[in-house]
Amino acid sequence: MSPVTRGFHGKRREAGGDRVPPGQYVTEDFPVLSAGPTPHTKEQDWTFSVRRGGKEQKSWTWGELHDLPVEQVTADIHCVTRWSKLDTRWQAVSIDTLLGQVASDAKYLMAFCDGGYTTNLPVADVTGGQAWLAFGYDGKPLAPEHGGPARLLVPHLYFWKSAKWVRGLDLLDRDEPGFWETYGYHMYGDPWREQRYAGD
Amino acid sequence: MAGTAVRGRLTWQVATVGEVMTETATARTISLDVPGWEAHRAGQHLDVRLTAEDGYAAERSYSIASAPGEPVAITVQRLEDGEVSPYLTDELRPGDQLELRGPVGGYFVWDGEPEPMLLLAGGSGVVPLRSMLRHRARTGSATPARLLYSVRSLPDVIYRAELDGYGQDGTEVSYTLTKQHPPGWTGNTGRVGQALIEQVAWPVGRRPIAFVCGPTGFVEAVAQGLVTLGYPASRVKTERFGGK
Repeated sequence: MSPVTRGFHGKRREAGGDRVPPGQYVTEDFPVLSAGPTPHTKEQDWTFSVRRGGKEQKSWTWGELHDLPVEQVTADIHCVTRWSKLDTRWQAVSIDTLLGQVASDAKYLMAFCDGGYTTNLPVADVTGGQAWLAFGYDGKPLAPEHGGPARLLVPHLYFWKSAKWVRGLDLLDRDEPGFWETYGYHMYGDPWREQRYAGD
Repeated sequence: MAGTAVRGRLTWQVATVGEVMTETATARTISLDVPGWEAHRAGQHLDVRLTAEDGYAAERSYSIASAPGEPVAITVQRLEDGEVSPYLTDELRPGDQLELRGPVGGYFVWDGEPEPMLLLAGGSGVVPLRSMLRHRARTGSATPARLLYSVRSLPDVIYRAELDGYGQDGTEVSYTLTKQHPPGWTGNTGRVGQALIEQVAWPVGRRPIAFVCGPTGFVEAVAQGLVTLGYPASRVKTERFGGK
């Protein structure tokens, strides 16, 4: 049972109501969190690859990505640092569309990115209309500090899983920790179960 | 993989407020007594939970301000529209109780490595860097250290007396005042630009490690500036706060 903190009343912001997971607050801003400098990869140098056992299965150039069906995605996003942002609007290609062009029975994947960032995800969490490769935000090209040219969008998990500057997916048979997961963050990261840190 | 930390669940622990120190008109340092607190590393953060009488709770993350081995302390800057920070800066007093969970984070940390350290702070981003400088001083480390602290004006400098006292031990501290400077100020003014970064940065050949912490605009500019100078991205560690 938590002790009462004398004199603390809180602001009781009701915005969002049951759309906001426990321990989160709603912000109108779009805070930036990343562990290192922002990479600035040019669109003509950009590719997105799906690999298995280190071998490339399929790769798309920037132009080829834009030939795929683009979806307008509206989603609530939840950062482990406790801000949530409601009704964010993205322009994106479904991961279903990308993985649909690759034959695989892999259960897990590791997203890899410019700058060296990685994060792990179950394949079941990036398929079935739950995840996207996003390159537009609010109708504009995705800004570099927010992950442009393209980032993952996996809104049902904490936002560190929505890897910025993503360049591809390594399909894996077993779950392995990515960057933050190695530093004590949760392997799965469900905001509704407050899976912030290992053991939560 | 380096930095792998395997451990059990991080549990909430009850903390009792000890000393409270006013740092500036809008920031104070709160020392917390937590029986059984796991030793932290310089640069780590923790989660704070405040609970109202009816059970309503609010949680936030704060960088740890104290050095490893010292009682855990946080420095809180009041955010005008904040829910938690105004309580911590204006209302909380010694003897009050709150809950903590941590320490958290294993990337933005300094464990006494010998390579020259370049610390670049924007506003209250100085807090985790101060933990590193205190750790360096307390352990008698010979690691060369420089801090460049970008701040609105001298009265907004957090840890002013402590930072000004570092001159003697080889830590080089400089400020750049972005909004206001006193008559006769001969130090840097304005936002950090490439010329100032080049002036304070250790030569790349010495394999320096840079820690950059502040609002997004500051961190973007400084981290990019260091990469332009030839710092490998892996040697520029960043921590950011604030919106666009």
